[in-house]
Amino acid sequence: MPENNIVLEKEFEKRLIQQEKIEPRDWMPEKYRNQLIRLISQHAHSEIIGMLPEGNWITRAPSLRRKIALLAKVQDEAGHGLYLYCAAETLGTTREEMFDQLHEGKAKYSSIFNYPTLTWADIGMIGWLVDGAAIINQTTMARCSYGPYSRSLLRICKEENFHKIQGMEIVGVLCSGTKEQREMAQESFNRWWWPTLMMFGPHDSNSPNSGELLKWKIKMKSNDELRQRFIDITVEQAKVFGLEIPDPNLNYNQKTGKWDTGEINWEEFYNVINGNGLCNKERLGARKNAHFGNSWVRDAATTYENKKNNLKAA
Amino acid sequence: MNLKNKNVVDYLLQLGDDRLILGHRLSEWCGHAPILEEDIALANIAQDCLGQATFFLNAAAEEIGNGKTTDDLAYLRNPNQFKNLLIMELPKGDFAFTIFRQFLVDNYTFLLYQQLQNSKHNQIANIAQKSLKEVKYHLRHSSEWVLRLGDGTEISHEKSQNALNELWAYTNELFNENEIEKKLAEENIAIESFKLKNEWLDKVTQHLKTATLKILENKEENIFNGRSGKHTEHLDHLLSEMQIVVRAYPGAKW
Repeated sequence: MPENNIVLEKEFEKRLIQQEKIEPRDWMPEKYRNQLIRLISQHAHSEIIGMLPEGNWITRAPSLRRKIALLAKVQDEAGHGLYLYCAAETLGTTREEMFDQLHEGKAKYSSIFNYPTLTWADIGMIGWLVDGAAIINQTTMARCSYGPYSRSLLRICKEENFHKIQGMEIVGVLCSGTKEQREMAQESFNRWWWPTLMMFGPHDSNSPNSGELLKWKIKMKSNDELRQRFIDITVEQAKVFGLEIPDPNLNYNQKTGKWDTGEINWEEFYNVINGNGLCNKERLGARKNAHFGNSWVRDAATTYENKKNNLKAA
Repeated sequence: MNLKNKNVVDYLLQLGDDRLILGHRLSEWCGHAPILEEDIALANIAQDCLGQATFFLNAAAEEIGNGKTTDDLAYLRNPNQFKNLLIMELPKGDFAFTIFRQFLVDNYTFLLYQQLQNSKHNQIANIAQKSLKEVKYHLRHSSEWVLRLGDGTEISHEKSQNALNELWAYTNELFNENEIEKKLAEENIAIESFKLKNEWLDKVTQHLKTATLKILENKEENIFNGRSGKHTEHLDHLLSEMQIVVRAYPGAKW
């Protein structure tokens, strides 16, 4: 490393320790930049792929109020995608490059969206559990060292909180509804509980990137810490709904004051990550169809804009 | 219900069903649009349409009384009880089809709501006034895209012309003479939509010309009549999807 960079890196690390935010024009190590691009673009991709499982129920939402609220929610996800892509662009990449990586299968997105939405209750569970888990992750990440990402997360978390309340309201209505509705809620809860726990990633002992990310403050807490926080909050909420946690080994640990769970099925976790989930092909396929199937629309817009500018110039 | 009430209810259903069915079709784009910005825009417009539908159907439910709810009207009527124009229920097609439908309908809705602001029926006047702001924005959105697609590339021009040709056959129905409108117009509650036709045609023709597109000659006569509950095959499919959860669990609250 050139001597100049060693000085700059020391300066950079000093700023991190002093809790300063790093801004786009500031010097930063290349690896920091690349890790951030990976992280923010993955988050952006998760938002737009995440539109699909919920979008699946817009046309079947069981009241006008639910239909409008769900549309607004999925629209929010598109908005999150938009500002996250913009945040990543401050690091020198482009939306097109990030899309290419997603479409070519080189960039990842949250695996939870490779699970199917099979009943109306799933819309409630996604809001309560999936958005709930995302909030736990993202509110800690909102304190991360990179300014644009930190600021996007603050805004995103506000909206996600609203989504979570919306989801809990759906679940609450089902759980106080007819016998069939309560069964629908329980069946859906059984399917989403474990995949939601997997959202926090592998155990700390198996998380290769974590050390460096923690040091650079682009990861604020470990996977297991965040997962435990989610479990402790959610178990109590499930009790209020009258839902049973689908885990025979769930046990309140008197010593730690936390809930212990059984072991996550890591084989399933890696299978879904590696493309073998129920909806991996479908989700990416839908994304590619929207993008490539409509490239003529983007071409038309660019061509029209050029024509207009040429006229102005002439 | 007396005859006047029945006419008002039918008119509110006409207004509400148009927005409900169009909003539903637009919502099908969510997550599948050509660019992220359009995912957001189309979802926004769909919400506006569904919001307007809710207002009109809510007013209809109040006129009907007997504990009838807005959602009953949306979720528990059969296709032949829906009064929307056929253009609203056609499948979403490609992006050009969606945009040109929006453009034709936005122009119509704009003129209609402009008049309905003066309706003697308070709720209709209020809803029209409130919705007009939204429709103005919808019209700007669709008009801009009509130029981009019509005067964009050869491919987009061709797709635009095809969409327009297909849709044009459904535009006469927008201005059909209609007994209910006629009766309610006498009381200054409704506006007879055929009176909007010339202004609509002028505006639409001019803009389409700027977009380098041609309009087909329409036969004056047409037998389309969604207002009387005679629909295409598409509406039944749309409603079976929309109503499935509510119908599968009678009496449940959501």
